[in-house]
Amino acid sequence: MTVTFKRGVHLNYSNKKATRALSVRDFVSEEVRLITSMHIGAPSTPCVKKGDHVLMGQVIAEPVGFLGIPVHASVSGEVTNVGMIPYIGEANVQCITIANDFKDEWVELKPLGDVETVDPALIVPAIKNAGICGMGGASFPTHVKLSPKPEQKCNVVLVNGAECETHLTCDHRLMLESGEKIIGGLRAVMRALNVDKGVICIEDNKPDAIESMQILAARSQGISVQVLKTKYPQGGEKQLIEVVTKKQVPAGKLPIDVGAVVVNVGTCAAIYDAIVYGKPVVSRITTVTGCVKEPANLRVRIGTVVEDMIGACGGFSEEPGKIAFGGGMTGLCIPNTDIPMAKSTNGIVVYNDKDARSIDEGPCIRCGKCVAACPIGLNPYLIKRAADADKLDVAKSLYVNDCILCGCCSYECPSRRWLTASFKIVKQKLAAQAKAKGGNAK
Amino acid sequence: MSLRLSTAPHIRSPRSSTRLMVNVLIALTPSAAFGVYNYGLKALMVILVSMASAVLSELLWQLITKRPVRIKDCSALVTGMILALVVTPEIPWWMIMIGSAFAIIIVKELFGGIGDNFLNPALAARAMLLASWPAVLTSHIDIDGITKATPLAEGAYSEYSYLDLLIGRIPGVIGETCKLAIIAGLVFLILTRTVTWRIPTFTVLSAFVMAWIVGLDPIYTVLAGGLIFAAAFMANDYTTSPMSVHAQVVYACGIGIITVVIRKWGSYPEGATYAVLFMNLLTPLLDRYIPHKVYGHKKVKEEKAHE
Repeated sequence: MTVTFKRGVHLNYSNKKATRALSVRDFVSEEVRLITSMHIGAPSTPCVKKGDHVLMGQVIAEPVGFLGIPVHASVSGEVTNVGMIPYIGEANVQCITIANDFKDEWVELKPLGDVETVDPALIVPAIKNAGICGMGGASFPTHVKLSPKPEQKCNVVLVNGAECETHLTCDHRLMLESGEKIIGGLRAVMRALNVDKGVICIEDNKPDAIESMQILAARSQGISVQVLKTKYPQGGEKQLIEVVTKKQVPAGKLPIDVGAVVVNVGTCAAIYDAIVYGKPVVSRITTVTGCVKEPANLRVRIGTVVEDMIGACGGFSEEPGKIAFGGGMTGLCIPNTDIPMAKSTNGIVVYNDKDARSIDEGPCIRCGKCVAACPIGLNPYLIKRAADADKLDVAKSLYVNDCILCGCCSYECPSRRWLTASFKIVKQKLAAQAKAKGGNAK
Repeated sequence: MSLRLSTAPHIRSPRSSTRLMVNVLIALTPSAAFGVYNYGLKALMVILVSMASAVLSELLWQLITKRPVRIKDCSALVTGMILALVVTPEIPWWMIMIGSAFAIIIVKELFGGIGDNFLNPALAARAMLLASWPAVLTSHIDIDGITKATPLAEGAYSEYSYLDLLIGRIPGVIGETCKLAIIAGLVFLILTRTVTWRIPTFTVLSAFVMAWIVGLDPIYTVLAGGLIFAAAFMANDYTTSPMSVHAQVVYACGIGIITVVIRKWGSYPEGATYAVLFMNLLTPLLDRYIPHKVYGHKKVKEEKAHE
């Protein structure tokens, strides 16, 4: 039976057609640029220097802090630079550049063996050492997600294969081409958390993926496939949990507090590689689409530069106006094509000049389409009014902190108001405020 | 090559404000066409004069007050058209002009323009005209050209069959008589996702049930008068209707029930106009006290529901 959440929006997914039916193809570039802040948490510390020869899978930056994960060389070759580069957002980030010698010489790998027989206690450390973070776009370190406190009991592991974003088909292709890895990774997570129920969640616009995952799931213990109605943001963590477990994650709490852990399909496949082959994250599938001549799903080495990937797709098909990492609803704009993709880059979408043109805000006509769209149940038009007047406390009392920045309200707004954009700023300001207060208290 | 930077989302729905208003105009066309077919060119004149003066009033007001000119959003055209469709084709041209100007300037622009008015402009203007020139406004003519009482007037109940009411073989205002044309317009609006089905459906449903309770003929109640037109094109007005689902249901049921109460016990045969206006006034309250439940919160706290 197909299930779904309340409200949300119906998007036009015709932009998935360009890449949906194409097999993933490999692309390896001459150079990779690995940034040390690919995950949420403190950036890793580089442990190689210019001129060093590195092997594929070798740790080139050490983890820092609780959320930290290492960065591994995604090619073998020579480190040509360790320095700062401009990246998404204002701040520069540290970056390790490696010239590829195309030998793909691996470091010595330490496989743990079959996912069904491996000691469960070894799984989470192996995930951390493999540098795995959420591959669906959130880039939250996976080992943290899989390390619940003693009082938190996980009952179900949800695998997110909804792919409700526009343009992207990398998860879809992964399910079709590497379904057994997803199942294996899920089994590893289930065993690590001592959970006997795993659910793979897929939207009903991917019937081929549903069928193939159902066949694979039938052969595994405790795994089922849940078909979801195609609606955005069905793949949002909170929505997914509500739909499958019928429980809402209380405000300010984590999924584990309702006994659920959500893992992206790509993350599952990476976990499988880490356990069975001992391989860290050195590559991923990224959808390159929009105004490129040959849209494709590329399996690229982490740190591949955007320009090379666009070149691998035949170049731009028209003058680009805007390029974003991720789909149409939540993608992050990149400043130039010299920057590299990261572990969580699930797509590169090129918009033409017309689609990139900024839209003037009209007056709110109180049509209520934002209210009817908000999957959280907020009043976006009221929050926007508070945001425009810079009334942070009012915005807070209207639950702006519960906003998941899915973009539904902005998408629907007939007056083209920048609702989500202003909520993002308000949330950042509120977070800064809370931090300042916390600092004073100390 | 310079790339633009912007915050997500990078895609927007095809339904811009202007597009929505044009959709409403398209949806009103069958009713207008039926009015012109019934009453001839004078109905067409009323519609055109009303629409033109609505746009002109908005333009002049915005120029005089040095506000941004927003006539391109077509909302004034919608107001003008709706007003024309709820008056008699016999209305003098100057009277409809006054009505239109009142709707735009007094009801809409004085309160801040599009999105800030608290009453439906066309309905408020109709109420104003009705209060000022009752004799003219209630002179309904039959399609044969004979002046007759509305099907809701006392004693008129048995005169028309359900079919007459459905296809508009009754005296009435320009656009309210043919229910089929109205429903066709409404279906168009729902299919194009311009409006949702909730408010019109619950308005009609609640009127049906209420009529049955108070002993009126429910089918007749629904089909006669302006109820269906009000449910389809006025109760649904974006600005003056509530936003959350439950508030919308309460609002719609309020309109249906009050309409029947006015028809049954009021001195005026038609109730939908005042029912909608009354519920318009309650809209801010409904929005405040019946919001959507916020994900992950047990209950929306009262003190937090304020603005």
